[in-house]
Formats: sequence, structure tokens, C-alpha cells
Amino acid sequence: MSDAAPAARPAVVPPVTPGGMAAPGGMVAPATAPILEAADLERLVGQSLRTEELVINMGPQHPSTHGVLRVVIKTDGEVVTALQPHVGNLHRCAEKIGESLPYYQWLPYVDRMDYLAAINNEHGACIAIERLGGIEVPERAEYVRVILAEVQRIISHLMAVGVYGLDVGAITPFLHTFRERERGLDLLDHIAGGRLLYHVIRLGGVKRDLTPDWIDECHAFLEQIERRLPEYNALMLDNHIFQERTCRIGVIDRATAIAWGVTGPALRAAGVDWDCRRDAPYSIYDRFPFDVPVGVPGALPGVPGDCWRRHWVRVREIEQSVRIVRHALRELPPGSVQGKVPKTFKPPKGEVYLRVENPRGELAYYVVSEGADRPWRMRVRGPSFSNIAVITQVGVGTLIADLVALMGSLDIVLGEVDR
Amino acid sequence: MKDYIDGLWSKHAFLQDNLPVGLGYTTGILLACTAVLLLVSLFAGEIVWMERRIAGRIQARIGPNRVGPQGLLQFLADGLKLMAKEDIIPSGADRMVFLIAPYIVFAGAFAAFAAMPFGYGLVPADMNFGLFFMLSISSIEVVGVIMAGWASNSKWSILGTMREVAQMISYEMPLAISSLTVVVLAGTLNLTDIVQQQSGWIWSWWVFRSPATFVGFFIFFTAALAALKRAPFDLPEAESELVAGFHTEYTGFRFAIFFLAEYAGMFFFALLTSVLFFGGWHIGVPIDLSTGFGRALGFLVLFGKSAAFLSIMIWIRWSLPRYRVDKVMYLCYKVLLPWSVVAVVVAALQVLITGGR
Repeated sequence: MSDAAPAARPAVVPPVTPGGMAAPGGMVAPATAPILEAADLERLVGQSLRTEELVINMGPQHPSTHGVLRVVIKTDGEVVTALQPHVGNLHRCAEKIGESLPYYQWLPYVDRMDYLAAINNEHGACIAIERLGGIEVPERAEYVRVILAEVQRIISHLMAVGVYGLDVGAITPFLHTFRERERGLDLLDHIAGGRLLYHVIRLGGVKRDLTPDWIDECHAFLEQIERRLPEYNALMLDNHIFQERTCRIGVIDRATAIAWGVTGPALRAAGVDWDCRRDAPYSIYDRFPFDVPVGVPGALPGVPGDCWRRHWVRVREIEQSVRIVRHALRELPPGSVQGKVPKTFKPPKGEVYLRVENPRGELAYYVVSEGADRPWRMRVRGPSFSNIAVITQVGVGTLIADLVALMGSLDIVLGEVDR
Repeated sequence: MKDYIDGLWSKHAFLQDNLPVGLGYTTGILLACTAVLLLVSLFAGEIVWMERRIAGRIQARIGPNRVGPQGLLQFLADGLKLMAKEDIIPSGADRMVFLIAPYIVFAGAFAAFAAMPFGYGLVPADMNFGLFFMLSISSIEVVGVIMAGWASNSKWSILGTMREVAQMISYEMPLAISSLTVVVLAGTLNLTDIVQQQSGWIWSWWVFRSPATFVGFFIFFTAALAALKRAPFDLPEAESELVAGFHTEYTGFRFAIFFLAEYAGMFFFALLTSVLFFGGWHIGVPIDLSTGFGRALGFLVLFGKSAAFLSIMIWIRWSLPRYRVDKVMYLCYKVLLPWSVVAVVVAALQVLITGGR
């Protein structure tokens, strides 16, 4: 495709064919007809003025594709007339590695898929494998897992909220959310010994128990988050310019969201009341009361499914995660955090499909065992991968600036898109 | 300055006999240019430091504080680093245009200072059409920007250039028209005269003297932000959208020149806002500023005022998100432009009714 792209300077490329907006292979045809056909222009201004569409490679080194995503966009001035995301630059064979390693050895690789929400990935993978092999997890370990996963969710959403500021041009909120994120990373560091990739949730339990000091520190962290959230909202959600940039922009309506398999905050912002933690409970999430924020039509600015609502859903989810962690810390039972796991773990023949709520959406594991010490098939359904696809529909007809706002509000992690 | 050199030649027989007076003019002009260039470059460098320190405070971090006291010499280190970088010219670039574009931007930004009154009697060229000259010559920057964006042969550069040209040309209208409110009331385009009319108490500053100038000030400042490509109007170089806009392909010294021109432009508009609306070098109490001490004080006061406006620009930049390109145009043509025209009409009516007082 890039081979066929015309040179950057309009003067030296061949003129457009009359009415020629035929989409090259793989591109989505423009949804709206141009105001002036090329033939009209020829007639109106003769040979002196020609317009043409510009094919631009957005990425893989572009600052706001959040990693190594490459989006080939076709623009008419600043309006995007067609676009196609190209993924795979970060492909690391995560699934195939899972099929060639013993079950427990795959867990560190899970971290590296969605590297901003490593614990949520581990959580899902461990539950799937435990269900396959019938491993019992002690009560306390379940609580510790939920606490760690929700702290991770807070950290991940802080990142998403802050970086979205960068996407729409506000630099300061990013550094403010990173200040809090840093404290959360320290918390996980104390438990897991790593800042980003933890490998802390193991088969049958967790690597290390929570200490009283850690619990105090965690409470302080949660208080800090609650104190700072209004500050972020003042800089972003309530800011007039931010609202102009995000309200009614990149609207993924309910039907589109469901048709394209959009999940997570983007789905809830579109008005679909669905959260795996509540509606397909795993682990012990059914024991904690929490609300699922949904972008219903109402008093909020914008419309359901726009960029503003997605951002708003993330901020509300941080509040709910704080609530869950508080609840879990209060009810934390005594006991061991590691159950019995056989040395050579060979689950019986069978298969498991388990979906968990990752900060970015619905992360699912499909594990098939043939009775060996490694899975016959290990399949991951990544939320970012499904979510990024929808930009081919929603992004057409927007401005370049809106496309950036749209991609940022989907909050994709390329490590998991490409796996 | 012409008077001073004429006086010098008429006083000293040696000069009259041996040197043409034209040489005196040339030397004087060169000296004045060097002085302004040095002053503005130095201050532009310090604005970079100021911006980074204030941004640091806003973002809960420290900012540069290592080079020199409190990091004041940071801009020298930065400049040195940029000069040591490789000067890359993209293979598809239009070489000649690519090379000279930064200097045209630089020339436009610095030439505007020629008519700027830095203090009482401290004007490089005291023209009676000073404001007109400034606003016109600073438009040369647009030409340099077009050259830079076009010659780079990069798609992001072209998009950034289109945005920049559209924005700068559009915002020059509210900028010029809102500054006309002061001109209409003051009855002169000479900036020294405009400042001298603001002597005395603080309420004789133009911004407080008429509703037209009060509104005019806000329009002027907003339009200046847009003309400077400062946030929230920094679309031409919107990092998250266009990588770096028209100077995406520039490196090293040439990039440093763009950078310097940008901050010189900030300094220029901060000075001009103080001169037009906020009393210039007057401190808001009626004292005589024509003495040596008074002139020095006035110079510092003017710089203090412009520093205050610079701080506001920096504060705005680091707190607000970026407007979208069509909204920027909307703001210009549907909000700022009509209101600036209204302000000028009100100012004209005021002159008609009160006879200019």
C-alpha cells in the first residue's frame, strides 16, 4: 500500500482521475461524497488548480498511536476519508509460546501482553488454568488477588486518563496522574519486586502475602487518589476546551460497539451495561458491592459513546476500584496465600474459556488440554485488538485531530493488540 | 538617533573633514541592531528557562536548575547542544529553500523589534507609523514558515504549514483591529507617543480608559496567543497530531533558530501588550521618568510587565488542552473578529462624542 502512495509534493504527482476516490485495496471507501467532484474542479478552474488526497502513514513512530501501531490514513485536507490500522509490529508469539511451555512457565509472558495491566492478565490466566486443572486457591489468596488486580486497574486507568490529556494537547494532567501512578507502582513493587511486569499471581495463590505496613500504605494511596481525582476532572472532564475536543467526537453507538466486539470502558460508554466482574463473575468479585458506570443519555455533556464518555467511565471506574480495594482490605481473611499445586502439573483432558475484565475490556483465555504438561491450544482474546478495529468505521469522516482523540480514548496497548 | 549623529558631526570638525555622515548613520544602525539582537536573544533564552521552570512548578516537578544560578544559563547549554547536532537535510528536500527558511522566520521575528520602545528614549527607530510597521513586518514569518514546510517534503510538515498559515493570517485581523482601539483613541501610531499618553496614575493606562480598549486588550492577547502558536492554539505544531508541524524535519542549529524566533515572538507580544494597553514604562504613579534613574526604572518596569504577560502565556499553555483546527477558525472569524470591530466602532464613537479626551 505504501508503495502506491503518491509523493508528498502535490505538484509532481499525476492528477486525480475524474471522480476518482476509488479506495485502494484494503481501504474503507469514504462514507460521504466529496462536495466538489474532481471533474467539477477541472471545469471551474481549468488546469491550474488540482486537489488530491494525501496518503499518510500515521505511525509506527507517531507520538499518539500509543506504541507501534501504524494507521494508513487517506486525507482530504484534514478530513480523514479512509483509514486502515496495520498491526503486528510487536508480535511476539505469546500464544504459541504458551503452547510450548509448561503452564506455570507461561505466566510471565502473560504480563507482557498488556504490559500496563499485567496483574489483570495474570489473574485471568491463572483462573483459567486453575479451572482446567482443578486447583484450589486459599481464601486469603483470592482476596489478595482482587486487591492487587484492582490496584493495577487504578494504575492502568490513571495512565489512560493522563495520556489522554496528551492526546488532546494538555500536558500537565499527564504528569499529575503519573505522580499518583508512581505511588501505586511502588505499592506493587513492594509485593512483587517489579514495577511493570510482576509475575505475582501464581498458580494456586500469590507469590507473597500482604503485610500490615503494606495495607496502611495502600489505604494512604487510595486516599490520595480520591483527593486528586477532582483535580484531574477540573483540568480535563470539566474543562471547556476538553469538552469541545471530546464531546460528540468519535461516537461509537450501541449497535456499532456490539457489532464490532468493543468491550470495556468503550462499551459501557456506549450505554451497554456490561462488566464481566459483575455479569460473569470470576474469582470472588460477587462478594463486593460496586457500581458499573454506564454512559447513558442524560445530564452529562456529549452523547453516549463519545470520547468524553469513555474518559468519564474510566474516571468513575477508578472510584469504584478504590471502593472494591477498601472493601477487600477490610474483609481480608487470615490464612495461607498459596494452595497445593502438583510439581508436574498435568491437567486432565478438557477445555476452558474464561473471560475477565481487563482495564481495557474483556480479556478471554481459551485453554485446551490434552492431558500433557503443556496446553494443546492457548488462545487469547485481547480487548485492545477488538477495540482498535472499530476505528476503521468510526474514524472515517473525522479530522486528524479527532482521529487522535478517538484512538486515545480507546486506550489501546499495542503489546496486547499484537501479542 | 539621527539627531544625535547629526549633532556629533556638527560638533566635531575632525569628523566633518574626514568621514561622511552616512558612515555615522550606518555605524549607529549597526550598533543599535546588535544591541537589540543581543538583548532580545538573551531575553528569549531566559524566557525558555522561565517557561521550563514555571512548567516544572505546574507539573509538580523542579525544572532545570543546574546550569548557572537556578538554571539561568540553561539556554546556553541547550543552544550549545543544538549546535553540536548534525544538520540533517532530508534527501527529498528543496535544498536552497530548506536552508534559508529559518533565517526568514528569524528575520521577521527580530525586525519587529526595530520600532519597539524599550524605555523612555530607548527606541531603535522611532517611527511615526511604528505599530503599523511592527504588525506588517512580523507577518514575514508566515513566508518563512511556508518555505520551511514546503521544502521539507514531509507530509506532516505540509499539514502543519497549512494550519499555521491559515491560523496566522486569520488571527492577524483581530490582532490588528483590536490594537486599533488604542490607535483611534490615542490618535497616533507612534508607540512612544502612545506610551507617553499613559503617564500619571494607573487609570490613565489605555486598558482602563475605555470599554473599547478593555475589550480590545483581551482580544489582542488571545489573538497574540494564536499568532504565536501558543497553547491552546498550538495546532501548527500539535505534537500528538502532526509530530512537530512545519519544523518536523529540522535539526540542530536551524531548529534552534526556529525555537529562538518563537520565543522572541513571545517577548515581542508581551512587550507590545504592555506598551499598548498597560502603560509601557510608566509605573502607575505620576513621577518624572525622564531622569537617568527614571529611565532605568522605566526599562525595568516594562520588562517586569512583559514578564507578567509571559507568565500568563506560560500558565495558559501548561493548563489547557488544544483547540481543534476548525474551532480555532470559528473563534477567530465568528467571535474575535466581530467583537474587535465592535470595539473599534465604540472607540471611534467615544472620540466623536468626547473629542478624543
